[in-house]
Amino acid sequence: MLKISHIAKTFNPGTVNEKKAIEDLSLELKKGDFATIIGSNGAGKSTLFNAVCGDFMTDAGAIELDGRDITFMPQHVRAKEIGRLYQDPMRGTAPGMTIEENLALAAGKGGWLSHTSRQEKERFREELKKLDIGLEERMSHPVGLLSGGQRQALTLLMATMNPPKLLLLDEHTAALDPGTAEKVLNLTKRIVEEYQLTCLMITHNMQSAIDLGNRILMMDSGNIVLDIGEGEKKNMTVDALLEKFKTGAGKALDNDRILLSD
Amino acid sequence: MTIATMLSLGETALKLGLICSLTVLALFLSYSMLNVCDLSTDGCFTFGAAVGAVVAVSGHPFLSVIAAMLAGVLSGFVTAILQTKLGVDSLLAGIIVNTALYSVNIAVMGGSSLINMNRTVTVFSMMKEALSSTPLKGREDIIVALIAVILVVAFLVFFLKTRLGLAIRATGNNSDMVKSSSINPVFTTIIGLCVANAFTALSGCLLSQSQKSVDINIGQGMVTIALASLLIGGTLLGRGGIFVRAVGMVLGSFIFRLVYTIALRFNMPAFMLKLVSSVIVVLAISGPYLKQQWPQIRRRLTHRKGGR
Repeated sequence: MLKISHIAKTFNPGTVNEKKAIEDLSLELKKGDFATIIGSNGAGKSTLFNAVCGDFMTDAGAIELDGRDITFMPQHVRAKEIGRLYQDPMRGTAPGMTIEENLALAAGKGGWLSHTSRQEKERFREELKKLDIGLEERMSHPVGLLSGGQRQALTLLMATMNPPKLLLLDEHTAALDPGTAEKVLNLTKRIVEEYQLTCLMITHNMQSAIDLGNRILMMDSGNIVLDIGEGEKKNMTVDALLEKFKTGAGKALDNDRILLSD
Repeated sequence: MTIATMLSLGETALKLGLICSLTVLALFLSYSMLNVCDLSTDGCFTFGAAVGAVVAVSGHPFLSVIAAMLAGVLSGFVTAILQTKLGVDSLLAGIIVNTALYSVNIAVMGGSSLINMNRTVTVFSMMKEALSSTPLKGREDIIVALIAVILVVAFLVFFLKTRLGLAIRATGNNSDMVKSSSINPVFTTIIGLCVANAFTALSGCLLSQSQKSVDINIGQGMVTIALASLLIGGTLLGRGGIFVRAVGMVLGSFIFRLVYTIALRFNMPAFMLKLVSSVIVVLAISGPYLKQQWPQIRRRLTHRKGGR
C-alpha cells in the first residue's frame, strides 16, 4: 500500500543549523498493516509523516501510495487518500465553525456550490452517535466549545469519514488526560478494524506500541533501526523492547517522555 | 433640531450607510471570514467607481454596474495571486495593488482625475424616472442601494453555506484543517478575495453614480471607514448565523454614518471623517484588549501604591 524508497531530507542545508532529519529511509506497508512507531527525541518520526503527507518535498527517493507515485504530489491532493491526526487537538478542526460544518468539509461531497443535504446531515448524526460522546446532540455548536478529547474524536471521524488509504496518527492521544486518551485509543482501534485501514501510529507509550497493531518500527537519527513483525511482537515486553532498541541503534533509547511514562 | 431636519439627516445617513455597507460586507468576507486584511480596498473602491463611470458615460447604465464588479474581481485576483503564488506578504500585497490602482484609475478615467456624470443615464437616474409618479418619488438613491444590499446579503447567506463558502471560512479559521480536507487554500483565498473585491467595486460604482461624479480620491480611507462599521456591527450583532451577522454589518454601516452626519450637524468639519473613523477602529480593537489587560494593570497599580 505504502512504499517509501530511500527518501532523505536535510533542513537548512549548508548552514550551521543543518539538520539531517531523514537519511536513506525505506519502508513498505502492506494493505491492512497497522504499525506503531517509537523512537528517541528527534529521531525523525514526525518528519517522516510530514514527508508522506507532502508538508515538504523530499530531497531524494520516492514515495508510492497504492501503486501511484506521490513523490511530488501537492499536499492537498494527497490529503484525499491520507488521513492524519496531530498531537495538538486544535489542529484538525476549525474552531469557529459548527460540528456539522466541519463534517461537511471533511465529507467533501457534492459540487463547490452545493449545500449540505438532509441525508448527509442524517449520516453525520449517525456517525457522531457511534462515537458515543453525545456530539450528535450538539451538531450546531461551534467546535471551539468542545474539549480536547471531543475535538480529537471528531477529528478522527473527519479523517476516516471517507476511508483513507493510509491513516497517520502522530501521538494523537498524548495531549489528553489518561481516561480520555484511552477512550480515543479504543475508538481508533475500532475504526481502524472496521474499515481495515492501513495505519502508522507514533506513540511514546511502549505498552500501547506492543498492544496495538501488527508491527513495531523503531526509529533513531532519521532512520528505521528496528522492524518487529507480527510473530515476534506477540511475546514482546517493554523491557525486551528497550533492550532490542539498544542493540539496534547502538545506544539506549533517550526519549524522556517514553522513559518517564509508565 | 426640527423633525424634518432629523428625518433628512437620517435619510442621508441611510443612503450613504447602505451604499458603503457593500464595502463592509466585502470586508466581512475577506477580513472576518478569510482572515485577510485587504488593504487594496481603497483603490478597488475607486477602480469600481472609475470603470463604472466610464462605461455609464458611454451609454450603458446596467453594463456599468457589471463592468465595475468585474474590475473588482480583477483587482482581487491580482491581490490574491501576489500573496498566494508570488510570496508577497498579504498586507503588503494589498498596499502594492492599492498604489498601482492609483495610476490605473487615472488611466481608466482618460488621464483626468475627475469625471462628471451630471447628464449621464445611470441606474439612479433610471430609477428616478420610474419612481417619478409614485409616493417614493425622490427616494431613488435609497431604493437602488437597498436592492443592491439585499442582493449581496442574499448572495452571501447562500454562498457562505455552500461547500466553497465553508472552505473559505475554514481557510480563515484553520488552514491546516483545510489542507487535510484536500482543499487547496490558495484556491479558496483567490475566490474569496475576488468575490469580496467585486462588492467593494460595486460599492464605489454606486456611490459615484449616486453623487454624479467620480473623483480620484473617492475611495480614500474607505478601508478604515468600513472596518469601523464592521466592528460596530460586530458588537451589535456579532453572534448568530451568517444572515444575522450580515445584517449587523449593514446596521453598523448605517450607525457609523448616522453618528457622522449628526456630528457634522453640530459643526464638526467634514474633513474630520477620517480621523473619527480611525479613532473608532482603534477603540473597537483596543477596547477589548485593554479590558482583558485591565486586571493586570490594576494589580500593578495597587502593588505600587502599597509598595516598597
